[in-house]
Amino acid sequence: MAIVVQRPKLTLAERCYLPALAKGLRITLAHAVRILRRKKKVTMQYPEERWDSEMPEHYRGAPALVTDEHGRERCVSCQLCEFICPPRAITIVPEEIPAEDRWAKVEKRPKEFEIDMIRCIYCGMCEEVCPEQAIFLRKDYAITGTSREEMVHDKEKLYEIGGVREGLVNKWNELK
Amino acid sequence: MELTDLIISAAKIGGLIFAVILPMVAYSVWAERRVSAIIQDRVGPNRVGVPFTKIGLAGLGQPIADGIKFLLKEDFTPGHVNKFYYWLAPALTMVPALLTCAVLPFGSELFGEKMVIADLSVGPLFIFAIASLSVYGIVLAGWASNSKYPFLGGVRSSSQMISYEIALGLSLVPVLLIFGELNLGAIVREQSENGWLLLPLWGEGAIWNGGVDRLLLLFPALIAFVVFTTSIFAETNRLPFDLPECETELVAGYHTEYSSMKFALFFLGEYAAMIIGSGLIVTLFFGGWSLPFGWDAMLMGDATEVPWWLGLIHIGTFFAKVTGFILFFIWVRWTLPRFRYDQLMKLGWIVFFELALLNVFITAGILILTRSN
Amino acid sequence: MSEEATVNVQVDGTWIQVPKGTRMIEACKQAAAEVPHYCYHPKLTSPGNCRMCLVEMGMPPRPAPGEEPELDKDGHAKIGWMPRPVIACANTVAEGMGIRTDSPLTRECREGVMEFLLINHPLDCPICDQAGECTLQEYSVEHGKGESRFLENKVKKPKSVEIGPRIRLDDERCVLCSRCVRFTREVVDDDVLGFVDRGSHNVLTVHPDRPLANNYSLNTVDICPVGALTSEDFRFQMRVWFMRETESICTGCARGCNTLIGSREGKIYRQTPRENNDVNSAWMCDEGRLGFHYLNSDARLTEPLVKDGAGHRPIDWPEAIRRAAEGLAKYRGGGLAVVASGRMTNEELYLARTLAETLGAAAVDIVKREGEGDGYLVHADKNPNTAGARAVLKLRSPGSKLKAIKKGIEDGSIKALLVLGENLLKAGFEEGTLKNLKFLVSSHLLANPTAKLSHVVLPGAGFAEKRGSMVNATGRLQRLNKAVEPPGDAREDWETLQDLNRAVDGLDGVGEIADVFAEMAERVSAFKGMSLSKIGGGGVHLIDTDERVPLLEREAERVREGLIVG
Repeated sequence: MAIVVQRPKLTLAERCYLPALAKGLRITLAHAVRILRRKKKVTMQYPEERWDSEMPEHYRGAPALVTDEHGRERCVSCQLCEFICPPRAITIVPEEIPAEDRWAKVEKRPKEFEIDMIRCIYCGMCEEVCPEQAIFLRKDYAITGTSREEMVHDKEKLYEIGGVREGLVNKWNELK
Repeated sequence: MELTDLIISAAKIGGLIFAVILPMVAYSVWAERRVSAIIQDRVGPNRVGVPFTKIGLAGLGQPIADGIKFLLKEDFTPGHVNKFYYWLAPALTMVPALLTCAVLPFGSELFGEKMVIADLSVGPLFIFAIASLSVYGIVLAGWASNSKYPFLGGVRSSSQMISYEIALGLSLVPVLLIFGELNLGAIVREQSENGWLLLPLWGEGAIWNGGVDRLLLLFPALIAFVVFTTSIFAETNRLPFDLPECETELVAGYHTEYSSMKFALFFLGEYAAMIIGSGLIVTLFFGGWSLPFGWDAMLMGDATEVPWWLGLIHIGTFFAKVTGFILFFIWVRWTLPRFRYDQLMKLGWIVFFELALLNVFITAGILILTRSN
Repeated sequence: MSEEATVNVQVDGTWIQVPKGTRMIEACKQAAAEVPHYCYHPKLTSPGNCRMCLVEMGMPPRPAPGEEPELDKDGHAKIGWMPRPVIACANTVAEGMGIRTDSPLTRECREGVMEFLLINHPLDCPICDQAGECTLQEYSVEHGKGESRFLENKVKKPKSVEIGPRIRLDDERCVLCSRCVRFTREVVDDDVLGFVDRGSHNVLTVHPDRPLANNYSLNTVDICPVGALTSEDFRFQMRVWFMRETESICTGCARGCNTLIGSREGKIYRQTPRENNDVNSAWMCDEGRLGFHYLNSDARLTEPLVKDGAGHRPIDWPEAIRRAAEGLAKYRGGGLAVVASGRMTNEELYLARTLAETLGAAAVDIVKREGEGDGYLVHADKNPNTAGARAVLKLRSPGSKLKAIKKGIEDGSIKALLVLGENLLKAGFEEGTLKNLKFLVSSHLLANPTAKLSHVVLPGAGFAEKRGSMVNATGRLQRLNKAVEPPGDAREDWETLQDLNRAVDGLDGVGEIADVFAEMAERVSAFKGMSLSKIGGGGVHLIDTDERVPLLEREAERVREGLIVG
């Protein structure tokens, strides 16, 4: 059944369109004036102005590897992050820690740890899945590069971004 | 004609077209972007300044960067087009717009030289004759592209422009009746001395000086102004009448198949037409280069020739008024939504055509009543 | 099995019939009620020491004389449930027995056992190779507590101990199930593992003077339910959950042990035995298991090559095929010979045969590869498909024609040779002999001296890089499956051979390997009625031989004695 839409009765002023036109022009002019008088500001001039200080604690930026207060690289190369990573951005090549190393009892560490930041979607699943508290999403968001190779963060770069994180669970202590 | 005349004419052409109109076209694009941004609470292009420095100049370098970009882009000609007309069309949109500049008086006199390229005694007629050529550019572009969207755009555009040309022409008849003159220079001088058409407040036009007729004529002049200005919107294909290139329906309309500088010519041709349209409105209704309130006569004093500084002031005044109208055009564009095609045609044929025709008779009637003696 | 040899057993309320003498755990398995276990393995004896398989058991009460047993609504005698649980792995079923695998008592038992097992567990799953296929992980998800009530310090035990050239032991992960001890003792007669110390310090250890070095040691890694025993070869190479497992067979000898090939992104990481009670039970030798590494070698040929002066230069496939075919066709009719390989699949051998027939080859033979058998699984014939070659190429005595071929080359009657996957310099040919040839085409996996002498070299695919079938020493037709792609431009050999065939006979090609098999089945009587898809995962018996598998014989004996389930 067709629905009959009752057309509104227009007054002459409405029909000749000009008052509405003037009203519209007034609205746009008001906006222009407000912006010109700097009464209102919407746009942030990015490279000069940043919102870093307003970033929430849970912000998910670039993923990075951390070392603990003893200087031990926390990652043991379990490859769970590689497994969970939805865009498959993470590639890990594990290796055995040589017997003469201070942390030889941990047995395993990543030989190569690469995150392709072109692929990374900043979902944070790697941080969530990590059983060793070794990977964290930092607040770095301006990840740029001039080549694809440059956008692949290797182990060195990941530790550089991640830095040292203290007060995490120490699974590999003397009692273990 | 002597050699000096030629040189002076060339200088006027070069000075007006290349030093003023073309940069104005480029900068009206920038103005469009900045104004639209401001109206929409944004910022707009505010970065490009002097290359390799941090000098931003509020983005004034943008049009130059855009121009370079247009020149450097791949000029792609699709294989299925009619090459000759395809190449001709962009030129045909740009050239008429610039040709009409010839008869616009953009200043009074400078060093005894009239500031108009060709001081024709049939100014408005020349403008109509040339301006109607620009529809060919669009029609040819639509036809030569050999593609459905450009074709529909071209068809829409030609019917729209032909329709509004009638209203455009008829709306000017009352103005010409009032001035009894077809020379644009003379029309401006008349307004300079006796009050602008829409501001008759000095000289013989002022009511206290017996200008009752001008007061009565204000009404038809106003109608003429509204019809004329609206028709200019339609002629230049600007919102709210930009149906030929209505992107939601026609991709990009008649210039869908164009790229690089050829596209730029369409794009800039629209702005050139807008500038010329503004110049015409200013010339006919707002006294062209003249200053208001009879200050021209005051500043002239007893001099028989216009002094050079006043000449410069007049040129400045003209372009200030034109700029004001360009801003008005932009303001309207970012306020009004697009008309439906049938509304556009209805407005052109049923409202404006009749209104303009009626206006001719009203004006004639008033003139008979007030000036018959 | 005769009628009276079955008993009625109730598992979780459902009555089933199982053969008499069945272990309770197997009866539950038949009733689709999986009972968790660590120490029980059907191929090994059941010491019942892990206690994980505890279930609630009941029997109908013995009626007093003259009394009729009380029946339930199904007509079975009512079960009197015992108040204490029993292990399901070492007890056998009896008529009217009831088993509860999901009762509160059973669940409580499992939770208790899990908690004890995890008391000293190091929880190093992130670095443990077993993670992902670890029963301790699985059962801890199903029956674990989630958090520890153990406040004391965990007992430290030896970690990362090399107990053999291929095995690493982590005692902290060990759940003392003794599967490895029993395997070395019962299956391979190399009794070097055992438990020492007592209580919570009880650890698995190896004989101080005898490492776990036998050729079957890596099977202990497979049967270890946790990560206590790990393979040196696979250690830290790849997490198991990344690997795609492809059913295939080992091509190390004529035994044809069934395997699973674990690969990821075009690289093979490990090979494990796949149970087939007609071939290899559940085991395989270390030599065969680790015999896939050459596939990842840098010496692999990755593109067709043609001789260019002293060296070779790469060339595209159509051109390589054209040159090889033209070169061979020049010596059509007796001027050429084909040396195939016992490592080729039946399909490849068949295509080699048709090629030889079309060209009128003077001789077709394979290279014999003899070694020593070990009385368990390893076979003396090191060619995986000698039986197939016999059938397809109609060879009475494989390798016997090589002498004649050699002589033919030396006296100039054989001017062209097609060598498929064999290094002739290791098969009794000398370099000088091969230099006599006008035209030598060879296909290889790795660069070798024969390839160096060849005019055209065609890169081939290894056993894990192609499909095809082989016949093992006992006459069983088994299938190879493709786990990874051949490297570079290398192709499956049957495609190359088929292209060569089409280039010399000018016919239109058939498309798939299944078609090749079908054609072969029509023309080779041994394969009559077979198709590639009929072979299935476990293979089919094809040719009758009097071959016996020593290990299977012993296992059958132990089943008869009731020591193992089998």
